[in-house]
Amino acid sequence: MPVSVTNSRLIYDALKACDVRLISALPETWLVHLIRMAEDDPDMTLVRIAKEEEAIGISAGAHLAGVSSALLMQNHGFLAAINPIVSLALLYKIPLLMLISYRGHMGEKDPWQTQGGLVTEPLLRALGIPIWHLTDPQDVARRLRDAQTLAHAALHPVAVLLSRELMWED
Amino acid sequence: MLREEALRAIYPELEQRIVVTIMGAVAAELYTLGHRPNFFYLEHAMGLASSMGLGIALVMPEEQVVVLDGDGSLLMNLGTLSTLARYRPGNLLHIVFDNESLLSVGGFPTATATGTDLAGMAAAAGVPRTALVRTPDELKAAVDEALASATLTTIVAKVEAVGPKSFHMDLPLLENRFQFRRELEARRTQHAG
Repeated sequence: MPVSVTNSRLIYDALKACDVRLISALPETWLVHLIRMAEDDPDMTLVRIAKEEEAIGISAGAHLAGVSSALLMQNHGFLAAINPIVSLALLYKIPLLMLISYRGHMGEKDPWQTQGGLVTEPLLRALGIPIWHLTDPQDVARRLRDAQTLAHAALHPVAVLLSRELMWED
Repeated sequence: MLREEALRAIYPELEQRIVVTIMGAVAAELYTLGHRPNFFYLEHAMGLASSMGLGIALVMPEEQVVVLDGDGSLLMNLGTLSTLARYRPGNLLHIVFDNESLLSVGGFPTATATGTDLAGMAAAAGVPRTALVRTPDELKAAVDEALASATLTTIVAKVEAVGPKSFHMDLPLLENRFQFRRELEARRTQHAG
């Protein structure tokens, strides 16, 4: 499976550097190494959810308890979580660091991913959620740190879109 | 039983614990019994009170967390039962007030009115302790046992589909949010110290 272990490690280490102590995740191909890294880390609480809506509640609970979290999801998972993003995170001013694998964008070969790819950024913009693209390994640590900083300062969700260039080694 | 009687019976157990409630009648009735800074009223996002409770319970193992859920809310997020069961935090108590209806929005019957058994679903999902209660005394006893057991428990409390006269709460939701976080922060500092 040509998912980049090296870049997954960069992302994971950047999350650790941000003092992320809880990660929620629903498995998807691009996220496999990140999830395994969280699983193997005794200092990380990994919550494997059944549907991404739950992740918004779990991160809200962690935030109110003073713990930084990150959410790993595919962009279709983001679509599944829109109601709680609006009616919990935005309504209650809850910061969310959402790492979203950007399926269905340039280079996508799976036809079934393409519709979600087309609507991901327009929907994030409609919700007023700031977007950072992760494409260059050199940007990973800085962009994740800055995304978390903004989320906490604005008490607002932010989206970090994980690109094919970063995650997939063809 | 009336939910208000049920809440009154367990209020002493809730008073010092971290409580997350769903919106509507449950929130209004708990608020009327006496608001505390450790009570959070989730005024939307139906179904996610138990997910919030899980997030808090996992990162604050030294505190007991009580989630007050409802049949309509839980039916919107049944996956939560499998996630709760997977991590089974012993410091989480999940109480579901089952009035078999969506009371706050017209009283339409939910699936529990036609036989869906939420306690059975929780047990089948792997929640290690479950109970079904029908009186305030039974609820009080089940809550005491659950808290003493330090084991994840789902209690389904059958209640009448009767709500409060007023749903008004003199507590803006952001005030509740910041007050609740401040209280949790103080407790964390206390435990760390």
